[in-house]
Amino acid sequence: MPVSDETPVDLAPVLESFPSLEVEKGTGALITQPALVLEVVQFLRDDPRYRLDYLSNVTGIDYLATVRKEKRVNEEGKTEIVKIDEPPRMDVVYHFYSMSEKRGLVTLKQRITDRDRPVATSLMPLFRSAEFQEREVYDLFGIDFQGHLDLRRLLMWEEFEDFPMRRDYVEPDDYEYEPTPHGEVLEKAKTHAGLGEGGSEE
Amino acid sequence: MLVQFANWVQGELACSPALAKIVGILLAAVPLATVFALCFAFTTWLERKGLARIQNRIGPNRVGPFGLFQPIADGIKMITKEDIVPRSSDHFFHLIAPLLVLVSSMACLAFIPFGLGMTMSPIDTAVVFFFAILGMNTLAVFLAGWASRNKYSLLGGMRAVAQMVSYEIPLVLSAVTVVMMVGSLDTREIVGAQVVEGWATSENSGLRFLGQIAGWHVFTPWGFAGFIIFFIAALAETNRSPFDLPEAESEIIAGYVTEYSGFKFALFFLGEYIGAFAVLGLAITLFLGGWNGPNFQPWWSSDPHALLIPGFVWFFFKMFVLMAVLIWIRGTLPRLRVDQLMSFAWKFLLPLALVNVFVAGFLFHVAKEDRVWASVAAFVFLYLVAKGLSRMNQSDAPAPRKYHFAE
Amino acid sequence: MTMESSVVAGSEPTVEPRGFELIEREGLETNLLEVSMGPHHPSTHGVFRMDVKLDGETVTELRPVFGYLHRNHEKLAEDMGYLGSMPFTDRLDYFCSMTNNWAYALAGEKMIDLEVPERAEYVRVIMAELTRLVNHIMLVGFFVNDLGALGTPLLYALREREKILDLFEWASGARMMCNYMRFGGLRNDLPEGWLTKCREVVDAFPYFLDEYEKLLVENEIILVRTQNVGVLKPELAINAGITGPMLRASGVNYDLRKVDAYGVYDRFPFRVPMGEVGDCYDRFMVRILEMRESIKILRQAMDELPEGPIMGEAPRVFKPPAGEIYGRIEGPKGELGFYLVSDGTAKPYRYRVRPPSLVNLTVLEDLCLGHKVADAVVILGSVDIVLGEVDR
Repeated sequence: MPVSDETPVDLAPVLESFPSLEVEKGTGALITQPALVLEVVQFLRDDPRYRLDYLSNVTGIDYLATVRKEKRVNEEGKTEIVKIDEPPRMDVVYHFYSMSEKRGLVTLKQRITDRDRPVATSLMPLFRSAEFQEREVYDLFGIDFQGHLDLRRLLMWEEFEDFPMRRDYVEPDDYEYEPTPHGEVLEKAKTHAGLGEGGSEE
Repeated sequence: MLVQFANWVQGELACSPALAKIVGILLAAVPLATVFALCFAFTTWLERKGLARIQNRIGPNRVGPFGLFQPIADGIKMITKEDIVPRSSDHFFHLIAPLLVLVSSMACLAFIPFGLGMTMSPIDTAVVFFFAILGMNTLAVFLAGWASRNKYSLLGGMRAVAQMVSYEIPLVLSAVTVVMMVGSLDTREIVGAQVVEGWATSENSGLRFLGQIAGWHVFTPWGFAGFIIFFIAALAETNRSPFDLPEAESEIIAGYVTEYSGFKFALFFLGEYIGAFAVLGLAITLFLGGWNGPNFQPWWSSDPHALLIPGFVWFFFKMFVLMAVLIWIRGTLPRLRVDQLMSFAWKFLLPLALVNVFVAGFLFHVAKEDRVWASVAAFVFLYLVAKGLSRMNQSDAPAPRKYHFAE
Repeated sequence: MTMESSVVAGSEPTVEPRGFELIEREGLETNLLEVSMGPHHPSTHGVFRMDVKLDGETVTELRPVFGYLHRNHEKLAEDMGYLGSMPFTDRLDYFCSMTNNWAYALAGEKMIDLEVPERAEYVRVIMAELTRLVNHIMLVGFFVNDLGALGTPLLYALREREKILDLFEWASGARMMCNYMRFGGLRNDLPEGWLTKCREVVDAFPYFLDEYEKLLVENEIILVRTQNVGVLKPELAINAGITGPMLRASGVNYDLRKVDAYGVYDRFPFRVPMGEVGDCYDRFMVRILEMRESIKILRQAMDELPEGPIMGEAPRVFKPPAGEIYGRIEGPKGELGFYLVSDGTAKPYRYRVRPPSLVNLTVLEDLCLGHKVADAVVILGSVDIVLGEVDR
């Protein structure tokens, strides 16, 4: 038998109040700009038609620049494959439910277009549950959350410099705790430029 | 036997008083140290085995029959282990602290009469000396906590000082009742006072049998309350569960022994158990009749005062029974919190001990024929006081709750 | 450094304001003691660290530090097929591999609208409720251990857990890392005689619970140590995304087995125990009461277990269409969610685990402030965390 789903939520009222919101095709997620997110979430939380008082999940997604192929029907009635250039972007995804009304699920995405310096708005002023999860997103994706009171690395150590969950993340040849590579790490280090026989550096 | 041997050696050495004195001290101290080291070894085995049975385990069973040689193996391990001293610790005090614990605990044993004539240091003010030396334990524990330069050790040391100082007061006050009633600070006299005179010397063997028990102080109202107070305070004084806060594993790792390893840790361990023996020994002396116990006339002896079971056997039997109770409590009860521990000492034990002192004083002046009635009245009174105190302490008495369910 | 000794009368702890360093008292200047509890501490339940600032023994600041068990589970999953992550989900909350499997399988099944045969659904319910028993009994054991009861209740809990782990081993081949569920069903059917044995274990369990409750629930030391300690208000609990027994102990009725009725949970009439105060005692009791409800579910599921296939028509290569899904179940610790983003290939584009333990730790500081350091340990125990899941 199919998995019984949550009570579906009508997105019309929020789209009415915030005309700049988009609904993502295929997933039904709300897409918003970082500047607007606090107002939207406050509306979703306090409006009696929603009462989404429970922020369940916060996470990030990293999209590199890609070329998407899409089938379209052109004017002549033929299907053709169109190539669309997708700019790089990052999404911060929030999943909202309502505990009091037993409603859900509303997915909200903050779309960050500047992937090189990603800045998002923190939901911590409205939801405590964003505290650790946004820290984790900051830690693994490097998204800077404006308005977060305690934005530090959560899982990686403080001295770590990169953001491992990014799609273009390259594992370093060696870590701080292993100043002289050996074994597999050494083999790998040799394939990179400028490294001689005796390890990476003194 | 030992006593006779000691007397004989003393006699042989009569020509040289100085030598005789040294030999005398050694003769008393060496058996004491040996016997209690063995007792300690046995108790660790008993504790591990007992706890294991309580916890549905088997316990040590590899070394020797029933794992009896396990303490020896542990000892070898402890001695051969590396002695780690934290670099930033105060090395001198770090070394001194375990020694001080052991020395003060051992010295306390000197005042306990284990049997007739088996007191190492028979002095008139034994009870006072006992508590004075026991107080050094507190100092040593705090020294250990401070010298280790570890935050957990410091917390443990602080807890130990607060706890031991607070519980010493009810401990001493409950001992004071005995001293008041007996009128002596000498532990031997206190033991002697717990034999019903007329009965113990009577021709009737049954009465003689009873006379060894009936006089125990624990059967009097003040003695009963005193024993309970003393026992609870002794648990706290020796850092045993449920008052093992200074070394509470789940909170502060191992408290003041966190930075100790190898032999120094073993010394702490030893000192702690010897301390427990000493305090329990005093409890036996003060309340449980010391070396007295139900006894018979041996069939080979015509002397009606000869005893089949030597006194020290009774003493050690009682000590191990009390030790077993400690182990039982350790395997059963969770731990109190530090503020609850303090309020228990100051708001419950201390007032009760004070009331008990007055009750003892009252009973001391009651005429002999009214004793029975006065005793019953005192029992009831003490019970009511204890009840009232516990009621007063629980402004919001914790109680199990009823839960409801959502469909 | 001078420290004030902690001779404090047993009054109810009050929450003091945060962020002060030096406390001025009449004639006595005291400093705060900073203690780093963990990552190797007997009662942080693994490699978890709490940076605590103490005023005497009172907690004035507490910062949880994570990451000692971090292995970037989510990144690993992006580099392998969907099914390849199934064994890794076992290692999230290593006490509850069955429910982890289920949550992941559920998310995957939602992605391709896969139907699960009825027998498989029932077996999943049985396994999940057995897991709940294992988790809760271990929690109760560890919790009382944190209270200082030197392992006795813990070892009795372990004894009961062993029996259930034997059942897991018999059915799946592994005691803890079961890896038993698949998209669309189960890896293998229950072995012959398994159900009889399971019935025996389940029937014996209430007797054990009776004994356990009799010894623990009315123990005065446990009462004074846990009641009114670490009170979590329902408003804060909802706002901080607390789920599972911890939320219900605060009096919020939110059990995904009822709300989402995933699987076949709508066929089981069971009750959801509710706490009123939201303190450690409520969290402890709610778990004990939940175990009794689990036993009811287990009995019914075993009675009604239908015959039939255990595997739906799952594709040989799991290759969902582009899209995303958030699937969640009521794990023993709270809402365990899997968020999967597919780009149409056989590997997930993004794979995210919503860890209940980590989110439940959000309020740890709020619960501990103003309490003694001993209570901080007890409160942490009552939150119920497993570091495999917190750090992933």
